Amino acid sequence: MFNKFFAMIGVLLLLASCETASQKAAVSSSASSTGASKTDSVKKAKKSSASASGSSSLFAKGKESASDKLIAVGDRVLFDYDSSELSADAKLTLDKQSRFLRANSDLTFTIEGHCDERGTREYNLALGEQRATAVRDYLVIEGIDADRLRVISYGKEKPAVIGSNDMAWSKNRRAVTSID
Amino acid sequence: MMKTKFLIIIVYILFIFQSSFAQNLKININKGQIEPLPIAIANFTDKNGKINKVGRLISDVITNNLVSSGQFKTPDAAAFIAPPSSPAIRPNFSDWTPLGIKALVTGSIHQIDESQIEVEFRLWDILAETDMIGLRLTVDKKSWRRVAHIISDETFQRLTGDKGYFDTRIVYISESGPLNKRKKRLAIMDQDGENHQFLTDGNFLVLTPRFSPSTQEITYLAYYNNEPRVYIFNLQTGEQELLGSFPGMTFAPRFSPDGSKIIMSYAEKGVTDIYLMDIKSQKLKRLTNNLSIDTSPSFSPDGKKVTFNSDRGGSQKIYVMDEKGRNIKKISNGKGRYATPVWSPRGDLIAFTKMLRGEFYIGVMNPDGSGERLLAKGYLVEGPTWAPNGRFLMYFKQSRPSKNNVSPKVNLFRVDVTGFREVKIVTPGEGSDPAWSPLIP
Repeated sequence: MFNKFFAMIGVLLLLASCETASQKAAVSSSASSTGASKTDSVKKAKKSSASASGSSSLFAKGKESASDKLIAVGDRVLFDYDSSELSADAKLTLDKQSRFLRANSDLTFTIEGHCDERGTREYNLALGEQRATAVRDYLVIEGIDADRLRVISYGKEKPAVIGSNDMAWSKNRRAVTSID
Repeated sequence: MMKTKFLIIIVYILFIFQSSFAQNLKININKGQIEPLPIAIANFTDKNGKINKVGRLISDVITNNLVSSGQFKTPDAAAFIAPPSSPAIRPNFSDWTPLGIKALVTGSIHQIDESQIEVEFRLWDILAETDMIGLRLTVDKKSWRRVAHIISDETFQRLTGDKGYFDTRIVYISESGPLNKRKKRLAIMDQDGENHQFLTDGNFLVLTPRFSPSTQEITYLAYYNNEPRVYIFNLQTGEQELLGSFPGMTFAPRFSPDGSKIIMSYAEKGVTDIYLMDIKSQKLKRLTNNLSIDTSPSFSPDGKKVTFNSDRGGSQKIYVMDEKGRNIKKISNGKGRYATPVWSPRGDLIAFTKMLRGEFYIGVMNPDGSGERLLAKGYLVEGPTWAPNGRFLMYFKQSRPSKNNVSPKVNLFRVDVTGFREVKIVTPGEGSDPAWSPLIP
């Protein structure tokens, strides 16, 4: 009975391998804290340089007014649920947008694709990419140089309107064009 | 404790509400019933047979683990019975039998030197009046929690027949701030919420972390420089490495079962397909090639099959193909949209998210699509991840926002695969996208 017990301890000692137990716990805690501090310092450096360029006023102001104009022209189009097809309304908006893009040939643009929260995260990332691409493709057909247009999907990560109703969801199913 | 009770009541109410509509909806949330096994966990003693602080803490951790699994209960009355002063001493079995106690854990802990402790434990079968298992571990004294988890796993496995899941960690996305300006950080913690750490600072968006099955690495999606790409985070060095170089977005990454490859989605020009990349050689292989959305791929544990999400048939359904991208078959066959399939580490089930008539569900089905069972429901429940023993699922749940509540809460939950007992996982802030680690080697 007792012999059997000690034999069992022996086997379990091998199985559970106590040394790795202590090593892993120590390693993982120190490693992950260094990981966090590294990214901290990188980001801080970036932040300060960004704010420096932001304060050099003239360019920022010019950009701001162009952004305002783009918003006035119509910077976004909306989509039906689980769809990336451009509606007739959306095409009208993009016709106006393309005139603005042509008139501002020195600027480059990013088209953000977004979804409502009534889908799963990964599928929505793909759907957002489809929506942004639908807008890009339309603008390219309208004669805009594809090199001036960048596409990014945020899926359901950045709702324009917070709310759990059809109104909010319809405004979140969108592709937004903005000046880089 | 209060919170758990509260949750159980809510689940119960939901169930009643649900059953009155069951005939119309034909949806049943599975509610397995488990009769917890009465077990006593003695405070661990020191060399002199006295209970010390760490001995009490170890006993607390084991108790919390076993009770929270839903498989065990620890009757209060057992606290009044003096356990043997050392795990080498046979308990007086007749003290415990009247209380209905079926098993007893005893143990000792003593300091070997400045940094090391030796912990010994034994599991006793009260009815058979015999010891079932014994274990002695020498560890760094800072690792006493891990020892408690290892003992919990041994006890769980011996008494339930299933492997334990206590010596594991959870990586997830910690969330804060309003929904339209959400701050998301990669975070990691022990399975019971202890040793919580943030891995990123929240200055850039991070999503969908997943553990490597074999190394201390995590793969995830990050928006560094506003470019959504798949990265690998090394937990030992803290280094983050971009996987491959793609002109478009890479996302939905998961490791292959041997840890050598990443399977993921790559989106370019409005087309999302599934790719497999060897981590070392960076060699890329395209597995699907069609104009629809193919995403959320997950390997079977033998590495021979892949389940994934596709809208190639018109709406989101779950498919299975072989590891070369051939023999694609739709397996989900119910109404509604199906998403996020994840193969159980046991191979016997695929967990998924389902959307039907404005509600979200977490469920499981057999790999051929039969035997669908729904385990949890909510305004938004999503993203199941398996415990390494294939017996529990964790996922996240967002409450239905009310009119005045602009930022509904998002939290992690866990449920037994039989549908028994949905438990909220306590995190320092809100949380989503949980991923369970394998048992720590």
